[in-house]
Amino acid sequence: MNHVSNEPINWHLACTVEDVPAEGGACAYIQGRQIAIFNLARRGEWYATDNQCPHRQQMALARGMTGCENEEPKVACPFHKKTFSLRTGQGLNDENCRIDTFPVHIREDKVYIGL
Amino acid sequence: MNTNLNKRIVVVGNGMVGYKFCEKLMAKQKNKGEYSIAVFGEEPRVAYDRVHLSAYFEGKSAEDLTLAPMEWYQEQGITLYLSDPVVAIDREAKTVRSHHGLIVPYDYLILSTGSGAFVPPIPGVEKEGVFVYRTIEDLELIQHHAKNARKGAVLGGGLLGLEAAKALLDLGLQEAHVVEFAPRLMPRQIDEAGSDILKTQLESLGLQIHLSKATKAITGSTAIAGMQFGDGTHLDIDMLVISAGIRPRDELAKLAGLQTHPRGGIVVNDSLQTSDPAIFAIGECALVHQMIYGLIAPGYEMAEVVATQLAGGKKTFQPYDMSTKLKLIGTDVASFGDPFLAEPECKTVRYENKAKGVYKRVNISSDGSTLLGGILVGDASQYNMLLQTTKNKSILPPDPEDLILGSRGGEEPGGGVMSLPADALICSCEAVTKGMICEQVQQGCTSVDALKKSCKAGTGCGGCVPMVKDLIQGVLKQQGVYVRNVVCEHFEHSRQELLDLIKMNQIKTFGATIDLFGKGHGCEVCKPLVGSLLASLWNENILTSDRATIQDSNDRFLANIQKGGSYSVVPRIPGGEITPEKLIVIGQVAQKYGLYTKITGGQRIDMFGAHVGDLPHIWEELIGAGFESGHAYGKSLRTVKSCVGSTWCRFGVQDSVSFAIEVEERYKGLRSPHKLKSAVSGCVRECAEAQSKDFGIIATEKGWNLYVCGNGGSKPQHAQLLASDVDKQTCLRLIDRFLMFYILTADPLTRTATWLNKMEGGMEYLRAVVVDDLLEMGTQWEEEMQRLVDAFHCEWKEVVENPSLRKRFTHFVNVPEKDPSIIFEEMRGQIKVKDWA
Ligand code: SRM
Ligand SMILES: Cc1cc2nc3c(=O)[nH]c(=O)nc-3n(C[C@H](O)[C@H](O)[C@H](O)COP(=O)(O)OP(=O)(O)OC[C@H]3O[C@@H](n4cnc5c(N)ncnc54)[C@H](O)[C@@H]3O)c2cc1C
Ligand code: SF4
Ligand code: FES
Repeated sequence: MNHVSNEPINWHLACTVEDVPAEGGACAYIQGRQIAIFNLARRGEWYATDNQCPHRQQMALARGMTGCENEEPKVACPFHKKTFSLRTGQGLNDENCRIDTFPVHIREDKVYIGL
Repeated sequence: MNTNLNKRIVVVGNGMVGYKFCEKLMAKQKNKGEYSIAVFGEEPRVAYDRVHLSAYFEGKSAEDLTLAPMEWYQEQGITLYLSDPVVAIDREAKTVRSHHGLIVPYDYLILSTGSGAFVPPIPGVEKEGVFVYRTIEDLELIQHHAKNARKGAVLGGGLLGLEAAKALLDLGLQEAHVVEFAPRLMPRQIDEAGSDILKTQLESLGLQIHLSKATKAITGSTAIAGMQFGDGTHLDIDMLVISAGIRPRDELAKLAGLQTHPRGGIVVNDSLQTSDPAIFAIGECALVHQMIYGLIAPGYEMAEVVATQLAGGKKTFQPYDMSTKLKLIGTDVASFGDPFLAEPECKTVRYENKAKGVYKRVNISSDGSTLLGGILVGDASQYNMLLQTTKNKSILPPDPEDLILGSRGGEEPGGGVMSLPADALICSCEAVTKGMICEQVQQGCTSVDALKKSCKAGTGCGGCVPMVKDLIQGVLKQQGVYVRNVVCEHFEHSRQELLDLIKMNQIKTFGATIDLFGKGHGCEVCKPLVGSLLASLWNENILTSDRATIQDSNDRFLANIQKGGSYSVVPRIPGGEITPEKLIVIGQVAQKYGLYTKITGGQRIDMFGAHVGDLPHIWEELIGAGFESGHAYGKSLRTVKSCVGSTWCRFGVQDSVSFAIEVEERYKGLRSPHKLKSAVSGCVRECAEAQSKDFGIIATEKGWNLYVCGNGGSKPQHAQLLASDVDKQTCLRLIDRFLMFYILTADPLTRTATWLNKMEGGMEYLRAVVVDDLLEMGTQWEEEMQRLVDAFHCEWKEVVENPSLRKRFTHFVNVPEKDPSIIFEEMRGQIKVKDWA
């Protein structure tokens, strides 16, 4: 999770752990922004990114398929299968695309997103 | 030649050939710094792949097309001046002067200035909206102008003109015309019969072709409004791309007093030296053997010839093969060797199939021993083999027509790529031979990408890639390696192996599959594939257990995702038969949820524009009225179309509607490697189009004819007869077997037509397996199919009734709102999605 900013992180309660299917995603509405949250249960990792795919501005990444490329966790957009690193947001099959990523914090079965 | 240690070389022109020259010379350099190279380029960017320029319209960026990045030149110590053309050569002082005033000395000067588009002196060519097609800048201008244009034309029906015309269509123009002066298309490559077929094919793609048209003027005030022809006719257009040939860029050479040809081109000898021995010309600006070679492969060979000489070797440029294969245009066209040779110099064999849009011609030496050239239109799959046969003067089979018809024994003429001699040139752009490729494969480069890196094969025009693939497979087979198409980095198995493993071990989840037979955590390739296998084998609900998140997006939400993020709803309407009551329900549901409705090409009704959160409500109402999921989202049975048949039709000989409904009810929900479509017609008039389906049934006086492996889509193919005059039971039994055989053995996302095309033994083998039960699997397959049929359930019904599944159908997890970014507009009284931004 690469949150590079000096401003303090504000944590927002997004949902509960069971709201996000294992190996899948869900979308939360936080401060007017659509955030996609991913539960990579097999790896025991959580990630959060923009819900909007930069390719055709579709609000759909939370419905994308997760997976990994070597060790890199990724999500594939359901529209045209652009893939993005969940760690850095970098487009993996299109260098010109990237998405924002956000830190995730899990406490007592609740999912918090840092904006 | 000069033996100075540090040779100063100036290259004028940073195009494809100029770049290739630098690359080759640097590779031949024995000590670093042996050469000091300065390159001048007129264009603002580093050399890029002009051959694939049209890919720019398909979303490739200028960077994607770049041949080598800026850093490469730096690493090699090459000084690169871009946007700075050379304007003068001082041959006495051996210096060049650039537009910006730089003066750079040289020991050797390489002119690789390429060519520009030839613009004929037609009155009006200077008008706004008239373009040429040569550089990235040209394409940017065309793309920009096309946004507000409706009708476009290309002047010139040659290789490049047709490519440009296709680009106009792809840019979304309503009309795209090709205007050619000659009486046929591609006059340099193909003959009249080939042109006729090509013309029909292009017209079916939506191009309008005008032959024997002399353009007299371009009309319009400041901007183009039309073209005026010599025969008095007129064509209204608002943009024009001129592609009437190329004009070598010899102006600099001419100014320097070098010998040039009156019709253009810098004259060079076969060492590629100009009339000044210190100056060479290579690529499209050079006139060698009295001709300009307007193709990339001979250009690269010229770069090799000069680089070799400068490095102290000996090499001359030999007459070069001008065989070409047209890319991109949506139909195959190729010519090789001497395409136009005719009797009495040779024997010509022609094959023409107007219905299929295929024309083939081969010219064979009078003694019948060797192939001299030929033309392929509509199907150029044999191009590489025929080209190699011509170039290597291979001895022909006894029946030369086998060359174009394929020998009926199923083997390729001459025995395939592996029978070529080791020195056969496979990649002519990079001069890579069969021997070199095979050696690399033996050393472990067993993928096309690896070979591209190790020996550059396939990196030029790309035309040899299919052959390179065959060579990889061929070498591996020779080495006794069992060649498998593995799924992805997570599974070292082919689809079929994985299917066997899952089946034998009775596995029902993705987690267990990857833990036992794979590694890592899966990806968008293997997850849906395993999802499909699990569904084909067990037919359990695809959203339960851990299976929901491995489904492709459409399967995951049991609906097709649309532009904008809404979904479509397609209830099953078996055989296309529907009661007025049910029609009313569809109307009411669509009205209530504000959906756009349309009759589909599959004889049913699609409702578009549903919010993900509304899907369970919509389906609850539809299911309540007796509908079921139509599986429009799945790789599974779609529709079984029917014609009205003998119940109403005066020609009908059987009740096609009843049979279609029976077939659809039997196979509905069946998951397979790709989607499945079927149809039943009531008589030979074939109103249900059964012969374009994966399996199609046509009524006869005595029973039913069963056809299989048809396909619509982008490469339509007619279904072939599997069995005739069979009764219903037999027909269904054969379909059971056929479908199980397909499901068990086809590669992922392979329709039945492609599966058959790849099958060794083809239709005869398929018939032997399905009808004659060659493998003795018939009974088992019928039983397996029956189990799948019995396991059918309506996925939507299960979701509607299952609160935890239902919960997943929501856009936000934390608020009840629908996605505010979905915006609809109005059109003809219904909704429509806002266009992509
Ligand atoms: C809705 C419909 C167009 C219409 O308004 O009529 C349609 C719509 C789509 N077709 Fe089709 N096809 C429709 C009839 C056809 C037909 C005609 C037919 O079935 O008789 C064909 C040619 C016949 C054939 O398949 O052989 C057809 C050949 C394709 C193909 C090319 C398949 C091929 O083998 O090359 C695709 C792409 C694919 O599947 O990979 C495709 C893909 C699609 C997709 C699924 C593209 C997508 O992934 O979004 C479209 C989904 C629309 C949606 O959201 O619902 N559609 N499509 C038709 C639905 C029929 C139905 O009731 O289910
Ligand atoms: C759309 C399109 C599709 C094509 N498709 C195919 C194909 O399928 N197969 C095939 O074999 N070939 C194809 N070609 C042809 C192929 O691109 C050319 O043969 C190849 O680019 C020639 O290379 P070159 O270096 O000689 O010329 P170019 O690539 O044109 O490079 C010449 C460069 O020199 C520059 N220049 C000119 N004068 C000066 C000066 N005085 N100072 C500095 N710089 C100067 C020019 O601006 C240009 O950048 C296609 C061409 C086009 C346009
Ligand atoms: S195929 Fe045409 S003619 Fe024959 S029964 Fe059907 S509708 Fe009638
Ligand atoms: S919108 Fe995401 S890949 Fe196109």
